[in-house]
Amino acid sequence: MTTPKKQPKKKYHKHNPNTATILSILFAGLGQLYNRRYLKGSIFIFIEGAFLLAFLDALNFGLWGLRTLGTIPGTDHSIRLLVLGVLSLIVSVIAITLYVFNVLDARKQAKKIKKGWVPLSFKQVIKEAYDYSFPYIITFPGLFLMIFVVIFPLLFSLLLAFTNYDLYHSPPRNLVDWVGLDNFKSLFTVPIWQETFLSVFVWTIVWTVVATTLQIALGFFLAVLVNDERVRFKKLIRTILILPWAVPAFVTILVFAAMFNDDFGAINRDIIIPLFGGDGISWLSDPLYSRIAIIMIQTWLGFPFIFALFTGILQSISKDWYEAADMDGASRIQKFKSITFPHVMFATAPLLIMQYASNFNNFNVIYLFNEGGPAVRGQNAGGTDILISWVYKLTFDTNNYSMAAVISIIMGLIVSGFAFYQFRKTRSFKEEGEI
Amino acid sequence: MSSKTKSKLEVAAIYLILAIVSVIIFYPLLWTIGMSLNQGTSLYSSSIIPDNFSLEHYKWLFSPQSDYLLWYKNSLIVAFANAIGSVVLTAFVAYAFSRFKFVGRKNGLYIFLLLQMFPVMMAMVALYIFLNMIGLLDSLTGLILIYLGGQIPFNAWLVKGYFDTIPKELDEAAKIDGAGPIRIFWSVLLPLAKPILAVVALFNFMAPLFDFLLPSIVISSEENYTLALGLYNFINDQFANNFTRFAAGSVLIAVPIATIYLFLQRYLISGLASGGTKG
Repeated sequence: MTTPKKQPKKKYHKHNPNTATILSILFAGLGQLYNRRYLKGSIFIFIEGAFLLAFLDALNFGLWGLRTLGTIPGTDHSIRLLVLGVLSLIVSVIAITLYVFNVLDARKQAKKIKKGWVPLSFKQVIKEAYDYSFPYIITFPGLFLMIFVVIFPLLFSLLLAFTNYDLYHSPPRNLVDWVGLDNFKSLFTVPIWQETFLSVFVWTIVWTVVATTLQIALGFFLAVLVNDERVRFKKLIRTILILPWAVPAFVTILVFAAMFNDDFGAINRDIIIPLFGGDGISWLSDPLYSRIAIIMIQTWLGFPFIFALFTGILQSISKDWYEAADMDGASRIQKFKSITFPHVMFATAPLLIMQYASNFNNFNVIYLFNEGGPAVRGQNAGGTDILISWVYKLTFDTNNYSMAAVISIIMGLIVSGFAFYQFRKTRSFKEEGEI
Repeated sequence: MSSKTKSKLEVAAIYLILAIVSVIIFYPLLWTIGMSLNQGTSLYSSSIIPDNFSLEHYKWLFSPQSDYLLWYKNSLIVAFANAIGSVVLTAFVAYAFSRFKFVGRKNGLYIFLLLQMFPVMMAMVALYIFLNMIGLLDSLTGLILIYLGGQIPFNAWLVKGYFDTIPKELDEAAKIDGAGPIRIFWSVLLPLAKPILAVVALFNFMAPLFDFLLPSIVISSEENYTLALGLYNFINDQFANNFTRFAAGSVLIAVPIATIYLFLQRYLISGLASGGTKG
């Protein structure tokens, strides 16, 4: 605007941003009324009023429950109180965010008015509000669901780690109490926990690294082989190689479990005994063989995805690169090392990281194959149990909820820390930001 | 050795490797089919090529004694609802993250992705109590809602990566022609993003079909079972006894799914590669 209108400038000159701020702190919406944004102000007033009327009691009760976890055994259900408490906490955070937004909004607008800003017409206001809030509106349904499915359970389990919720302290008969860091302490000091944790942890790392690397290596190897220009029937071969991915994993794992059965499984009966004699290998009852079997199964299940992904990338590498390399007299190994490998790895890094993360948490294979067995002396987890299947057992078999929560937190920190570190290193993360 | 014979040997080696891999791939699959055609329920007396070929297990699945068709229907309801719902939800979220400025845009998705890496077991306890409180325990609706919420971070990240590759000039052009944000979304972005949306739909169609853990916690009555739950129960109690029946039930669901997958694989991979690598 080149010629600012004089009259409104004078009229609003005395408008005080501090008054607007204080008013909106007193009660949401008052500041907006002072700014003469009547519609917005009434909406805020309505929201706060409704909130106070509907939620105040519930919130109060919820936060009380969160603090005490109930006081009368048999009447107060500690875990239900904890759930209500977490929900109240979430609602409070949302309310506080809205409140802060309301205050900031009132202050900002008051400042603008003081500077002689002319309020837009009603239609324009609506349009501006719509444009401004559009991204919030369209993300709201997703965010709402995520709060209940991702955030709420996570908070709940975080808090459980600091309670003594187990078989002996389980509602409704008994109350659950806050115990601070006791669970973490006993995980690292009580011998049975310490030993089990250590051995399960080591196996989890071995499992994640070996199984994932094998499936990536095999997928990569086969993708390069099939991509060779001398190979014919490419389409048919690719279809066959993708088959394990296409068949539901749930089914194949259970099938493998039957095939690896010590007594009547097909692997022993039809392959091992006819070829090597003897009584066959105890796939399900010897920890070492169980581990080998499980890694082989995961490789079988996991390589097709990598194969398919890498095939796509290989086809997209420009032929010019290889021609230029040929001209320089590069050997096949050199070409692979300097062109193929970096291209493929660079392009798929985030997805590969997720492969590692998902194997770290690969409950299905471990549990459906052998329920984490065989049992191992001196610890309360089985021989193939990884952290997540151990947590499952602690939760649903022995009801040691608080310990399960402690281990969940440790696992989550490891995986997400690793993933965060890797995400930051990849290009895609750095390019974030500008629109 | 001339380079020609060397090349021939190499090709022969490649085919040999591929042949071995194919055998390893087909063996368990054919074995399952073989099992399902055996008479009787004992794994011990069954073999990959049935001595006494029979379709009795397939017949049993469709007989009134079995709830197989009901489970099939439940699974399809969950799968379709999840596929459609997740495409709608994710597309909107991804659109916001790809094209708009708002609080939390920069790190929001990543925070959720990282949060999701925390194991879900304990979450199950919380979700169980919560669903119980709002009366959705043991219902397909409750199951669907949890799937829908849980899939958003990863898929939104995938779709956002794809949206980012669509030039913003297209939006600008549409805007100059007077199109609002919804209009731009509907007639510019969505048509171009069909491949990745198909991937999301397919993934979310498949995921609940064979998820076992969540339904086993949420669903308790047999008429609400999904296929995975029902099939698992065939072999859960006495492993060897009902394996052939489990095999038959599995074949009937694995064959259609594998067929869809193989038909759509090209679509699937290109979508995944372009969304996932640039996200």
